[in-house]
Amino acid sequence: MSLADILDPFKSWHLPFSQWVQDVLTWVVTNYRPLFQTLKWPFDKLLTAFNLGLNGIPPLVTIVFVGLVAWQIAGWRLALQVAGLLVVVGLLGIWGETMTTLSLVFTAVVFCMIVGIPLGVIAGRSERAAAIYRPILDTMQTIPSFVYLVPVVMLFGIGNVPGVIVTIIFALPPVIRLTALGIRQVPEEVVEAMRAFGATNNQLLFKAQLPLALPSILAGVNQTLMMSLSMVVVASMIAVGGLGQMVLRGIGRLDVGLAATGGIGIVILAVILDRLTQAAMSRRRQFGHVAWYRRGPASVFTTMLRPYSPSATQDWKAAGAELLSQNKGNDYERPA
Amino acid sequence: MKAHSVEFKDVWKVFGTGSKLDLASVQRNDLSKAALLEKYGCVAAVAGVSFKVEAGEIFCVMGLSGSGKSTLVRHVNRLIKPSSGQIIVGGEDINQKSENEMRELRARTMGMVFQNVALLPHRTVRDNVALSLELRKASVRQRREIAEEKLELVQLAGWGDRYPDQLSGGMKQRVGLARALAADPAILLMDEPFSALDPLIRRELQDQFKALSTKLGKTTLFITHDLDEAVRLGHHIGVMKDGKMLQIGSADEILGSPNDPYVEKFVQGSSRLKLLKAETVMLPLEEFRTVGQGQPLADAPRLRLDTPIEELLGLSNRHGNTPMVVVDDGGADVGVITASSILRGVHERL
Repeated sequence: MSLADILDPFKSWHLPFSQWVQDVLTWVVTNYRPLFQTLKWPFDKLLTAFNLGLNGIPPLVTIVFVGLVAWQIAGWRLALQVAGLLVVVGLLGIWGETMTTLSLVFTAVVFCMIVGIPLGVIAGRSERAAAIYRPILDTMQTIPSFVYLVPVVMLFGIGNVPGVIVTIIFALPPVIRLTALGIRQVPEEVVEAMRAFGATNNQLLFKAQLPLALPSILAGVNQTLMMSLSMVVVASMIAVGGLGQMVLRGIGRLDVGLAATGGIGIVILAVILDRLTQAAMSRRRQFGHVAWYRRGPASVFTTMLRPYSPSATQDWKAAGAELLSQNKGNDYERPA
Repeated sequence: MKAHSVEFKDVWKVFGTGSKLDLASVQRNDLSKAALLEKYGCVAAVAGVSFKVEAGEIFCVMGLSGSGKSTLVRHVNRLIKPSSGQIIVGGEDINQKSENEMRELRARTMGMVFQNVALLPHRTVRDNVALSLELRKASVRQRREIAEEKLELVQLAGWGDRYPDQLSGGMKQRVGLARALAADPAILLMDEPFSALDPLIRRELQDQFKALSTKLGKTTLFITHDLDEAVRLGHHIGVMKDGKMLQIGSADEILGSPNDPYVEKFVQGSSRLKLLKAETVMLPLEEFRTVGQGQPLADAPRLRLDTPIEELLGLSNRHGNTPMVVVDDGGADVGVITASSILRGVHERL
């Protein structure tokens, strides 16, 4: 054996890692493919429901509805912006594709929340769970998506559902991480106070930790939304329809116009979803402590119904007292 | 609820044990804090503390930060478990309780107030006050009624619909107190409740708390780093340093005869004159008669035994330094205060 061989032993022999992966995957595919086909079912149902719903509602109805929702959570300014952007989507002639992409993203985010929030809560409460998650989440976020594209196709076939699954793999980590962070950031004193007054673990979670972690959890959902949108083009490589496919086809045919139209659609969708979720996160600060049904378009309905409710007179009295006390400048401490 | 007594029997709490620590040998050898840290890499936050809080009294634990006083108070509701020793609450050993029994005990018999209040920011003041009731699943109506009642008790009636961030620091701490009182607990645990407040508000809350606790008669373990606060509120005071209880006694005993150099140093800054009251400076009635000044006492102002020195000085001035009569709880004349008796009392304490 020459000196060069000793100094570079990896030249003559190395682990047959790629062969191992091949073998494991082949074994899983031959033995468990039916299982994975069954797993598709809930994804398929939800995706179909979203797709039928979003594509079935006439565009104008959708625009008005989304506008009202935006007005409710963030005020009329954002409502106008969001409605305007949706009109642009319609004018570009990509309404159908946008709704297909949206249903894909919604399905992925729903499953990310169902899986991610409980996992995040566990990680937030247990140091050991967090240590186990960390390398897995790092891998999910950094491994190039093309690497798992093929195995997913081998197990689930092609179509929209494997597209959703690929998206979930990529978009799941932020909601887990930010939920865990939110739970950890609940002040130690609050946890101690809850315990001191006899809270069980569940009461501690649902009455203190989750409500206080809510802004952080919503930030996680927002991140998950954005990351699923960024997966749209990659997912379209396994026959997922929508805006991503427009971009992909545009690249394939060197059709810049087609690719740009699809790209703009994705950007507009991202802006709308980001603005709405951001607004949902900060709405507490904006509106103080007014109940949601007492402001925005919902207040129109509650106000209309009010005279018929039995507690209406009491409410008016309370409102009157409130006004009076505000006029007295009650933000200061009362002298004892 | 009937007041309970709280007793600590040789309680130790050692943090950061690498399991190999031989607690018995530490206790035997009475290692210092530094030696313990060097030899075993752990900290004895509470080191062999024994004392008893009688039912209905306020016991102040006084010590600087790091003395183990906050750790000590958390042993009562077992937020922290002792390394060794017993904590007897109302005749029962807390360590023998199951987790469920303990939760029940915390919700029903112990109220705790924290230095940083720790209210739930997403709930109204009313819901915060009713927390312990909610945790043990009381009806909404009962929660509401009791919350209003307790808010009135701490002079915050009508603030139930507000949120914690709409309240000032002093008001938040009063909400914290109302929350602790909501379950009508036998025991109040106060962990430096007024330390984070500015001096004027602190003084005001101390007075309110004193009046309230006289009325309610709850056994109170009050943690503070402020000697004046301990003297003002506590029936008994325990001074802690490095996890050890150096001296236990009434305010008079602590200030008058400190039995430890540390306590002495601590007490130096605080004037013992503050402890003077009518009872300690008066001349007994017979003595005043034998001195024979022969002044008529029938029209002289009447004072109670515990009238503090500041008030005595003011009154004496206002009445042209004429004698004032001290009456006992039954209303009978027991002594006389003159300008010279006040001066003599002050002189004795200097």
